[in-house]
Amino acid sequence: MMKHSVVIVGGGPAGMAAAIAAYDRGVTDTVIIDREEELGGILRQCIHNGFGLHKLGRELTGPEYADVYKKQVEERGIKVYHTTMVTAISPDLVVTAQSREGLMKIQAGAVVLAMGCRERSRGALSVAGTRPAGVYSAGTAQKLINCMGYTVGKKAVILGSGDIGLIMARRMSLEGAKVEAVCEIMPYSGGLTRNIVQCLEDYGIPLYLSHTVAEIHGTDRVEGVTIAQVDENRRILPETKRYIPCDTLLLSVGLIPENELTRAAGIPMDPITNGALVDENRQTEVPGIFACGNVLQVHDLVDYVSDEAEIAGLGAAEFVLGGGKKGVSVSVKPGAGVRYVLPQRINLGEEKDVPLFLRVVKPYGKVRFTVKAGDEVLATAVRLKAAPGEMEKIVVKKEKLADVQGEITVSLEEIV
Amino acid sequence: MKRDLICIVCPRGCSVTVEGEIGALKVTGCTCAKGEQYAIEECTHPTRTVTSIVRVSNREDTMASVKTSCPIPKESIFAAMEAIRGLSVEAPCCVGDVVCKDLYGAAVIVTKDVL
Repeated sequence: MMKHSVVIVGGGPAGMAAAIAAYDRGVTDTVIIDREEELGGILRQCIHNGFGLHKLGRELTGPEYADVYKKQVEERGIKVYHTTMVTAISPDLVVTAQSREGLMKIQAGAVVLAMGCRERSRGALSVAGTRPAGVYSAGTAQKLINCMGYTVGKKAVILGSGDIGLIMARRMSLEGAKVEAVCEIMPYSGGLTRNIVQCLEDYGIPLYLSHTVAEIHGTDRVEGVTIAQVDENRRILPETKRYIPCDTLLLSVGLIPENELTRAAGIPMDPITNGALVDENRQTEVPGIFACGNVLQVHDLVDYVSDEAEIAGLGAAEFVLGGGKKGVSVSVKPGAGVRYVLPQRINLGEEKDVPLFLRVVKPYGKVRFTVKAGDEVLATAVRLKAAPGEMEKIVVKKEKLADVQGEITVSLEEIV
Repeated sequence: MKRDLICIVCPRGCSVTVEGEIGALKVTGCTCAKGEQYAIEECTHPTRTVTSIVRVSNREDTMASVKTSCPIPKESIFAAMEAIRGLSVEAPCCVGDVVCKDLYGAAVIVTKDVL
């Protein structure tokens, strides 16, 4: 059996940043296993700009952001197993992977899960109608257009206002297609406000909130879709049905962390994030296995993926170097108005500030977040607005964590 | 004049109000200097960075992603796209290579290594 100190599963932004962090902590026998031919993950098809403002202080396109990290991986001589697919991870840290050369087994000192996420498909939506060609997930269309140079359609409707859907509305418009509408089943958009402005408003594309695609028409190719308004329970209102001729339907209806390996390894999961339960070092409940990036929680910004991956990479390196001592830990739970908080567990007595990442349940105006343990307030933060599409970060200072008793909760209240 | 905008400089997406006459515009609601500059430009001469792809002439089925080196006038976006469609590069090319020196005041540069 082969041996490596830290094995990173996935060569996207999370995997690369985790590898660099582990290497720089002194664990030079860190390797990346990636199923693609080139590092970069999904960034390779995200040719638009807006990446890196937080993390690198400049605005880059997706491939450029990936390139910054790829060069850092190469400079360090970090070994990358390309076109290699991890098929199993065992709780005792044996990683099984398949490549063109055959099957390999690696005994790892620590494992970092960085597999990213995939798109929810038509099958998960139960949209009525026929099954013609021309129905794509937004990310598939993005790959076809941006990496392979194909035209996917001339007249499109987009279901879902997640960021990829919005970005693709602009991309298709630039490529000469007419985007007739973006339908969002929720009464608010799931994408970043700036993307509504620069991807829809700039191109005069209407966004229909509380609307969905009721039916897909066409035999060989999509000929049109019926869109309809929905009530507050997301049920279609038949009297609002309207037919829009089009040859393409793009679906941007959510991302699912790709956690098959995680589940098979018996790692306990958070039912809300659909990622593993982790502590502040991004260690899962299985000692020595860490997780970061979109496989842990779906992020809005790659900058935060890189931040999180550095935490996980560092955690994995410390585990290898120090053996992963475990003390007393407390759990972190979402309170009023908060959908989830990550990490879900904090080890006490570790001398460092702990940033909490969370999402709210619905759009709010001005709010105050309160982090509490029993009656003791550990941190507060005021935001002018909060929306489910925008992840919040609240830092709890180390002195506040010194003698916490019981469960930590994060809740919000609306203020004026 | 008075215009309400959403700043697109960063993902924070500040709600910004621009008031007054061109030359003496007053911006409120911004949380940074870049945002203030964006708001004024948006009301005087709006610009956008354009990103697209060009064909790699000596590689089969391979595209190289490109961007304008700086934002170009918003009204020129579609004309710029038309021009970009006519461009191609030869591999090997690297991030930062110039494909076209001047397109509405910007260069068109490669954003992905094709080796």
